[in-house]
Amino acid sequence: MFQRLPDAGDLAVAITIDGKPVKARAGDTVAAALFAAGIDHCRTTPVSGTPRAPYCMMGVCFECLVTIDGVGNRQACLVPVQEGMSVETQRGKREIGR
Amino acid sequence: MSAVNEVRDSYDVAVVGAGPAGLTAATACAAAGLATVLFDEQPAPGGQIYRAITQTPVQRASILGNDYWYGARLVRDFQASRAQYVPGATVWSLSREREIGVSTGGAARLTQAKRVIIATGALERPFPIPGWTLPGVMTAGAGQILLKSGAMVPQGRTLLAGCGPLLWLLAWQYLNAGVKIDAILDTTARASRSAAWPHAPAFLFSPYFRKGLRLMLSVRRRTKVIAGVTGLRAEGNSRLQQVAYRTADGAEIRLPADTLLLHQGVVPNVNLAMSVGIEHRWDDDQLCWVPVVDGYGGTSVDGVAIAGDGAGIAGAWAAEERGKLAALAAIRALKPDTRQDILPDEANIRLALAKVERGRLFLDRYYQPAASFRIPRGDTIVCRCEEVTAQQIIDTVALGCTGPNQMKSFLRCGMGPCQGRLCGLTVTELMAQTRGVPPAEIGHYRLRPPVKPITLGELAALPKDEAAIKAVVRG
Amino acid sequence: MAREFDIAVIGGGLVGAAIAWGLGKIGQRVAVLDEGDIAFRASRGNFALVWVQSKGLGMPEYAGWTVRSSEAWGGFADELKEQTGLDICHQRPGGFHLALSEAELANRESILKRLHNQPAMQRYEWEIMDRARVQRMLPQVGPEVVGGSYCPLDGHVNSPRLFRALHAGMQQLGVTYLPNHPVEQITYRDRQFVMHTPAGEVRSGKLVLAAGNGNARLGPMVGLNVPVRPQRGQIVVTEKAAPFLNYPVVTVRQTDEGGVMLGDSLEETGFDPTVGTGVISTIAERAVRMFPVLARLNVVRTWAALRVMTQDGFPIYDQSATCPGAFVATCHSGVTLAANHALVLAPLIAGGSLPPETFEVFSARRFDVPAAA
Repeated sequence: MFQRLPDAGDLAVAITIDGKPVKARAGDTVAAALFAAGIDHCRTTPVSGTPRAPYCMMGVCFECLVTIDGVGNRQACLVPVQEGMSVETQRGKREIGR
Repeated sequence: MSAVNEVRDSYDVAVVGAGPAGLTAATACAAAGLATVLFDEQPAPGGQIYRAITQTPVQRASILGNDYWYGARLVRDFQASRAQYVPGATVWSLSREREIGVSTGGAARLTQAKRVIIATGALERPFPIPGWTLPGVMTAGAGQILLKSGAMVPQGRTLLAGCGPLLWLLAWQYLNAGVKIDAILDTTARASRSAAWPHAPAFLFSPYFRKGLRLMLSVRRRTKVIAGVTGLRAEGNSRLQQVAYRTADGAEIRLPADTLLLHQGVVPNVNLAMSVGIEHRWDDDQLCWVPVVDGYGGTSVDGVAIAGDGAGIAGAWAAEERGKLAALAAIRALKPDTRQDILPDEANIRLALAKVERGRLFLDRYYQPAASFRIPRGDTIVCRCEEVTAQQIIDTVALGCTGPNQMKSFLRCGMGPCQGRLCGLTVTELMAQTRGVPPAEIGHYRLRPPVKPITLGELAALPKDEAAIKAVVRG
Repeated sequence: MAREFDIAVIGGGLVGAAIAWGLGKIGQRVAVLDEGDIAFRASRGNFALVWVQSKGLGMPEYAGWTVRSSEAWGGFADELKEQTGLDICHQRPGGFHLALSEAELANRESILKRLHNQPAMQRYEWEIMDRARVQRMLPQVGPEVVGGSYCPLDGHVNSPRLFRALHAGMQQLGVTYLPNHPVEQITYRDRQFVMHTPAGEVRSGKLVLAAGNGNARLGPMVGLNVPVRPQRGQIVVTEKAAPFLNYPVVTVRQTDEGGVMLGDSLEETGFDPTVGTGVISTIAERAVRMFPVLARLNVVRTWAALRVMTQDGFPIYDQSATCPGAFVATCHSGVTLAANHALVLAPLIAGGSLPPETFEVFSARRFDVPAAA
């Protein structure tokens, strides 16, 4: 559970998370935007189906995998948000062709 | 944003990583007129220590502290240089012939460098406690990245746990930002503190001594610090709900928690270096693999140097100097007639390096995490990707596995997308303890490219020679 | 400290482990001498097919031997699961070889016709399918796939789990596994073999060489000629994906865990197990042309391993004339032939000899006669 500091700047970038409109700050990574939006977990694992959330925020742990603009298993902590971006949380194994 | 087609076929020097070591290395190489490129995975320069230094939304300078803002100078110098900067670029392969595979913006290409300087820095040591995969548990480094790059701080009940300078720095920054920290669970081991004591006199002269002391006192004044914590566990049903631990006097405590930030030091990020076959050794003080390097970061692979924490943890200031030394070696090799006044001043660099490295052993020993936090047992997950437990790994030793590679093929441990970054050290120490041999005898996973995932489509689009095609296409 | 056994198996890879497991099952006291964690271990780099189609052109007996193993595989997998609790996910839905051009398809058909026209070739079902029929069974094939060959005998397993199950099974059967016992020298005296290793001596009444490419060095120590050489093969593996492929293709298969494995290459590069970008790129390109949906999947691993290759590509099974009780087993199909090695070969070795009517053809003596041009 994270919140922005009061003077953190404008939330000017409109994205959707699981179809829901969310405002993010230019410069946010998708993972940061997920935290700011109060998302509890971003995926369930392909092995046991347990929930996971971003863990390292620097591209090494691969816990923050989400579907971005229709492409699955992208590292949310390495992708900056962009206007109109569609982010989807994932369930288990990635669907082929997504 | 730099597209992949701006990456040239060849360079004099390719630097990987835009932290302090990579920035100074690239700046110095470019100043000497070498065709230099800097590839960095992040969208902006600074590495993790100066993360988002050019664009942080944190307004009040006092929150992050002067040592953070200092990094702006390194970025400015780099930006003023003629080095090509490719952000958002993942280097996924490096060959002994210094062919580099790099991806950016969803496309991959190969480029060639006469010298490569790996400056991929450090990552946080695995902290495999029960429940460390629960949402709500993350690394202290992750918390700090959210602060630096997004001005985001935890809300609700927040606990920090572990040991090491970064834990205290984060606590200090959070407190400066007005975050309420419920408690710091200090796991610094009594045995480590005693082992460090003989090195304390040297540390008195370290620039880190006064800073560190002041910072710790400031944190202790403002929040509760519980020392001697053992038996740390994160508990909850599908997300963190509470943190359990034992106090120094043996009491079992449970604290409700929304966020648990874990940290027990940093270790070199060795994947790229190991994948190219650079020789590494086990460091008994830092308890990790460290590449074998000469005084300029040169490695066992010709033309490939490692600068910064990736060559052994020494901190940001040392990284800055080590970046210059790696650059110096590259310039001397590629442009031996470079004028003295353009060359980095080696005597000055070595002086500065000696100053910041003074007393390092004290920090290494003092914050050496206790064995119980490095070597889990039972059902505790070791490999987060494939969800392999400590007991499963111990059982493969009974089956005759002597090291991580046979074990990995039996259990898939280390075969997931993180490629062993979050389990490798744990596996080495766990197998060493189980077999009763030193970690050096156990070894590490054999790593191969791609050291970071790339899509099949990207891989498929790379150039291929006749021999490669003939090796694959047949009747 | 000398340790004594009925039989010593040198090599703890899939070939050695399958034989040792089979020997343990019939009550032999067995030791497996193996190298350490880092070794040229083909067993950790295989493609995990239990494969029949296209094998045996030039040696129909090898086709028969392969079919026999394929038939025995189901029972073998069941037995391993019952003993160890490990499901090695043996599946036999039939398998494909896909062609990306009419020329490739014609070439394929001609190879298979020549294979099946051989005298003494065992009959089994196979067919060439056109694109429409392939597409009905493999809906995800791309537009460049013109057809392929299909054989219902083909299948695949989870080979790392097979490897583990054999080792777990060996342990339950009382087989002594000795890692870090690289064999430097073998001596034979008074009907006893003595294996000299840095970790001490091991003695046995019989000996099986299953050391892969190491057999070339070890064979002459016990009067066996084992002309094998390393041949590099590279493999690409993707992240886990939801199931999309119902049949294994000879170069594309989806594991039970979800990862997609892509093969492979044949490279004469000696003892160099490094991965080359050009080769893995070619592998990726062909896979994406066969199944365009793969393009977005992430590659999480590649590896290169060294096959154990003979001049004609067929296995060597042999027994020593000068050191009775010494055997060699070497092949590059350790998964496919595992059932035979465990259930057929092991009991024969325990009995002391390989019947010539089945095994003469596999003897390395076939290389003594210069091949006609």
